[in-house]
Amino acid sequence: MAARRAAKKTNVSGEELTQFYRDMLLIRRFEEKAGQLYGMGLIGGFCHLYIGQEAVVVGLEAAAEEGDKRITSYRDHGHMLACGMDANGVMAELTGRAGGYSKGKGGSMHMFSKEKHFYGGHGIVGAQVPLGAGLAFADKYRDNGRVTFTYFGDGAANQGQVYETFNMAALWKLPVIFVIENNQYAMGTAQMRSTSTKDIYHRGEAFGIEGEMVDGMDVLAVKDAGERAVTHCRKGKGPYILEVKTYRYRGHSMSDPAKYRTREEVQKMREERDAIENVRQMILEGKHATEEQLKTIDKEIKAVVNASADFAKESPLPDTSELWTDIYA
Amino acid sequence: MATQILMPALSPTMEEGTLAKWLVKEGDTVQSGDILAEIETDKATMEFEAVDEGVIGKILIAEGTENVAVNTAIAILAEDGEDIAQLEAPQASDAGNEAAPLASEAPASAAAARNSAPEPDTSPDWPEGTQLKQQTVREALRDAMAEEMRSDEDVFIMGEEVAEYQGAYKVSQGLLDEFGSKRVIDTPITEHGFAGIGVGAAFGGLKPIVEFMTFNFAMQAIDQIINSAAKTLYMSGGQMGAQMVFRGPNGAAARVGAQHSQDYAAWYAQIPGLKVVMPYSASDAKGLLKSAIRDPNPVIFLENEILYGRSFDVPVLDDFTVPFGKARIWREGSDVTLVSFGIGVQYALDAAEKLAAEGISAEVIDLRTLRPIDYDTVIASVMKTNRCVTVEEGWPVSSIGNHLSATIMERAFDYLDAPVINCTGKDVPMPYAANLEKLALVTTDDVIAAVKHVTYR
Ligand SMILES: Cc1ncc(C[n+]2csc(CCOP(=O)(O)OP(=O)(O)O)c2C)c(N)n1
Ligand SMILES: [Mg+2]
Repeated sequence: MAARRAAKKTNVSGEELTQFYRDMLLIRRFEEKAGQLYGMGLIGGFCHLYIGQEAVVVGLEAAAEEGDKRITSYRDHGHMLACGMDANGVMAELTGRAGGYSKGKGGSMHMFSKEKHFYGGHGIVGAQVPLGAGLAFADKYRDNGRVTFTYFGDGAANQGQVYETFNMAALWKLPVIFVIENNQYAMGTAQMRSTSTKDIYHRGEAFGIEGEMVDGMDVLAVKDAGERAVTHCRKGKGPYILEVKTYRYRGHSMSDPAKYRTREEVQKMREERDAIENVRQMILEGKHATEEQLKTIDKEIKAVVNASADFAKESPLPDTSELWTDIYA
Repeated sequence: MATQILMPALSPTMEEGTLAKWLVKEGDTVQSGDILAEIETDKATMEFEAVDEGVIGKILIAEGTENVAVNTAIAILAEDGEDIAQLEAPQASDAGNEAAPLASEAPASAAAARNSAPEPDTSPDWPEGTQLKQQTVREALRDAMAEEMRSDEDVFIMGEEVAEYQGAYKVSQGLLDEFGSKRVIDTPITEHGFAGIGVGAAFGGLKPIVEFMTFNFAMQAIDQIINSAAKTLYMSGGQMGAQMVFRGPNGAAARVGAQHSQDYAAWYAQIPGLKVVMPYSASDAKGLLKSAIRDPNPVIFLENEILYGRSFDVPVLDDFTVPFGKARIWREGSDVTLVSFGIGVQYALDAAEKLAAEGISAEVIDLRTLRPIDYDTVIASVMKTNRCVTVEEGWPVSSIGNHLSATIMERAFDYLDAPVINCTGKDVPMPYAANLEKLALVTTDDVIAAVKHVTYR
């Protein structure tokens, strides 16, 4: 733990830090529980956990306002929890039950919430990028001042449609924030084996899009960068790129033995850079809360997660008639 | 309270595995995230992490044990301070088994309607006495878009060369002047991207018309059309979908070679969630495009370059629309039913004309929409003529004609006096050479030969 960075920002309130702690912990515990349910056979197919990347969505959601939109890939559980979607509904979708956000018809990779402006949950790598710009297109068309957070991975950043979208987003000054969640691996391919440039956000320069590299293990740095991006978009200056360096602790999906990296690499990240542990230290060092109080939070989060698992187990399977519904409006 | 640690499933298909190695021993304190054991599946050796913290009370399955079923208790985890000696080995666990899926019921089938003569909607497309004017398909399409853009601010058109250039085939002529660059938008040559932007804009509540310069280039975008536009309503449990139109010329033009000559009718008609329209005449082009723009679903609107310049009667009405799923009978007849759509209707009509001279009376049906299909009009006609030939430009395998043949067999088998014949484009990529191209396309002569075959002449 020696190398853990000292808490640097002092202008942040204890209340805010505690909220970050809570929000990130919810995602981690939820994902651990999802992994467990997967192991029990209650969740099937692909299930991509967000453990390690929690600070990215929690920091950016802190920079968002009501009405802003978000869209992401299949690794979507954290995004949904962070934007306020209900843990029960997400977990029940993971178990494919009627109580899930898509009535059990979407699954881990395909959940949506119109109410929370969460536009999915997309399984084709990179496909959500133009969709996010399209959401921004609609906002600009309506001149409503909203922005869209469009999340994609370092692997997705090599898809052609990303650059088609960069071009049009810049050309038309769309209020979209491209969030490259660079967890340094696309399945088993390390970024340097798939990507010609070291820093992906530099690619925006070719289209005249401003951007920056962000430390995705530091929730405060993520929030700061998010605020810069949001301000830029709301001023009508067009898109902005945040390349957020992060790390996923688990395999790509549940069935990934993760042999493409060493256990030491993962362990080092967890021990030295873990975003939740960082915030925890800041809270304790700043005397914003006691160990005891944090333990109480842990217990509360655990209760929410356990309740979601119970809900997800008890919710019935969708009625067979649902097979034929929602094909046409 | 002590909890059981169960043998995990580590892949979608895993039912059992080998407990290769324990990395903890009884009495060890574990934190969530600690690696407990290595487990071998049929595919890989995986590490198994602790979820809860506590003390390893008992190890129930020794390392090296093979064929350990998923969900078998493999160890007992005690809470701090609990007396390990008190722990009992558990009964066989049935955790996770309560979710056995119900046997799914067979979907409601159309079998009920089998063999009873249907009564299709045969109402005319416009009231008798309506004033008509001659218009090209190109003008009819342009008018349809302009009328809908006038009446609904959320409708806009985007595509390559649709604005400044007035459309690669001049279908969007005049739209930029009238509606401005906010609503008539030139895109870069980036089909997948702008199709996706169109779908996203539709998610956002707009009603895009996405023009593909030709549908050959829509293959770049087919993922967005099918995975994003067609399926989202379903995947979101009905919360959001894409009200939009993908349109442009489809099928062979003339001498543009294999990569620019392809009929996608059967491709798109296969996709639940899409609607598919393929008009022949100018009035249908206009009335169906207006319906397509208003339809709350993604609509594939397949035009034809060769037909753009053809003129037809178009009713002079303030708001003329044609409903989906209603075929048009171009010509009544009693000896054989010819079913087609798009430019194929031309071959069917030409054949019917020539056959009439030989005393064979052909009924010509234009499906107009391929999803939904007006089966009733086809079945009612076949029950009358007892013979059927389908005509389309696309390839023979999994063609619309194949699908119609199967439906006719199911619903009117006893009425058939001959097998249904499918006249299609030949099963080859489109050749460039003029003579070969002619041979590759479906022709009026093919249709005449097929009719003679089914009427045993
Ligand atoms: C078009 C497409 N190609 C391949 C896949 C299979 N696939 C799923 S995720 C993935 C890696 C994506 O990596 P990245 O964008 O870095 O996101 P991460 O999973 O690391 O968050 C691949 C190749 C897919 N879903 N879609
Ligand atoms: Mg990645």
